[in-house]
Amino acid sequence: MESLMVLLVGVLVSVGTYLILSRNIIRIILGTAVLSHAVHLLILTVGGLKTGDVPLLGHSSGPYTDALPQALILTAIVISFATTAFLLVLAYRMYKTNGTDDVSELRGMPDE
Amino acid sequence: MNNIIVLPLIIPIMTAVILVFLRRDVVLQRIIALTTMIFVIGISILLLQFIQTDGILKIDFSGWLPPFGILFVADSFSILMVTTSSIVASICLIYAFSTIGNRHEDMFFYPLVLFLVAGVNGSFLTGDIFNLFVCFEVMLLASYVLIALGGEKIQLRESLKYVLINVVTSWIFLIALAFLYGTLKTLNMAHIAQRVAEVGQDPLITTVAILFLIVFSIKAGLLLFFWLPGSYTVPPTAVQALFAALLTKVGVYALIRTFTLMFPLNQEVTHTLIGIMAGLTIIAGCMGALSGKDVYTISTYNVIIGVGFILIGLAVNTEAGISGAIYYLIHDMVAKALLFLIIGTMVFLTGETVVKRMSGLIQYYPLFGWMYFIVLLALIGVPPFSGFVGKILIGQGTIEAGSFVLLAIGFASSIIVLYSLLRIFLASFFGETTVSEEDKKPIPKSAMLSFILLTLSIIYIGVGAESLSPYVQDAARTLMNPSIYIDAILGEGL
Repeated sequence: MESLMVLLVGVLVSVGTYLILSRNIIRIILGTAVLSHAVHLLILTVGGLKTGDVPLLGHSSGPYTDALPQALILTAIVISFATTAFLLVLAYRMYKTNGTDDVSELRGMPDE
Repeated sequence: MNNIIVLPLIIPIMTAVILVFLRRDVVLQRIIALTTMIFVIGISILLLQFIQTDGILKIDFSGWLPPFGILFVADSFSILMVTTSSIVASICLIYAFSTIGNRHEDMFFYPLVLFLVAGVNGSFLTGDIFNLFVCFEVMLLASYVLIALGGEKIQLRESLKYVLINVVTSWIFLIALAFLYGTLKTLNMAHIAQRVAEVGQDPLITTVAILFLIVFSIKAGLLLFFWLPGSYTVPPTAVQALFAALLTKVGVYALIRTFTLMFPLNQEVTHTLIGIMAGLTIIAGCMGALSGKDVYTISTYNVIIGVGFILIGLAVNTEAGISGAIYYLIHDMVAKALLFLIIGTMVFLTGETVVKRMSGLIQYYPLFGWMYFIVLLALIGVPPFSGFVGKILIGQGTIEAGSFVLLAIGFASSIIVLYSLLRIFLASFFGETTVSEEDKKPIPKSAMLSFILLTLSIIYIGVGAESLSPYVQDAARTLMNPSIYIDAILGEGL
């Protein structure tokens, strides 16, 4: 199961990297979203997949699954959600004022 | 008693939330924001005193004992940073009162600054590496909005790049955290340090350490500073000064904390790497500062030189080097804030950014001009101003460690800094004035007040180095002996 997860993480990272390297802003933002999914799965995998019971006292006598990776992922998901939402708004405003969504046209001219 | 450690984080957040509802009442917002910052300064000075008598303080949130819960730790180093950053942030607020303009003020400028301060203070205080990530994100989200606020063409363009680079950096941070958790199964910094000390720093842990080095280097502008000159020049002056003073310094703090506490064992790899990166950073920063024709380029590359110089202190890793780095970090926060405020005001007064097109400012603004001269002297390390002690101690550290190349690069950079800043002084302050008597704009009173306060801080850090030294020495002693920190967090029992 772990190897499968690691393969999935690898696929997601390569997809994300490919998207980030493109010139279109929306693709880049989607790429960062895919990358963040990849790292969430990575945290889950390296933390150890289901190795025991639900970590509730009284539910079973153990061994329990480590619940911490899930707490970390939850926090990271919220943060990446907020950042992606902000990025999309920023990209939209940038598109409205600069009139382009192609990053190679966003270098800035020396005469500005 | 220990509960007050959390106040530098929680008070700015709570006030920021209140300020959101007072959007239209700009004067009230100003008063509340400044009062909050002064309160935070008071708290942090109080904490600094407590630490000298009681040792390292900590608070375990909700009573979850370490290493299980999240905790805040206040040692001399972190509280010195909290104090300095709060002082600098409140002075930048005073500058913003008269310069930032209504357009920013009723678009939540003050709440955002308070969120930024909360994130910065949280990063300094936290004792849990995942919480460090969260505090970094709080700080970064506030900085994303601050850099884009105003919505000008160039601002939106540069802020988009800034946000994207930071999103990818945060992603690398999460990867590093994942591998760290996978290898050591803990996130408490003291516990990580203890486990690394127990099992030794094997190649896997060193790799994780280098991942952290990459992350914090991007945040600090150590070698990976390609994003910095573009994004630090676009926001309004008060925000520029805040960024130059606080954001890169949080990265530097994280580097120092990580490589003295958690991963100190494999120094041939990590500290050598930091040394090489610091040297290259200084050289590249000097090239940038020499090549710059406009004041913004020169001043942003000076930030980069400063970061490289501080990290020489970490690279040599002797007690003198580390205490020099702490002194220089404090100095650099204050001096860079003043430099950026003055540079921004010069652009405001003349309407020009190119050095050669400004001239004769000192005739109309003599005090302003001489304050620029003081910050110039402080940045090159002339006694009795603030940069002197830090430079001496870092130099001593490099000699003790025998890294003469870093010594030469570090001190040669002072000459470049002198040249680049003196060029602005000679060209823009002296000579025939280009503005006629009727056209000259007055410098706003609150801006002048903020310059004077920062100049006084520079003189105090230089002249009163004696009074700071017990705190800095305690901070350096704790950093050099991680066992003090570990024992204070985990206790003798664990």
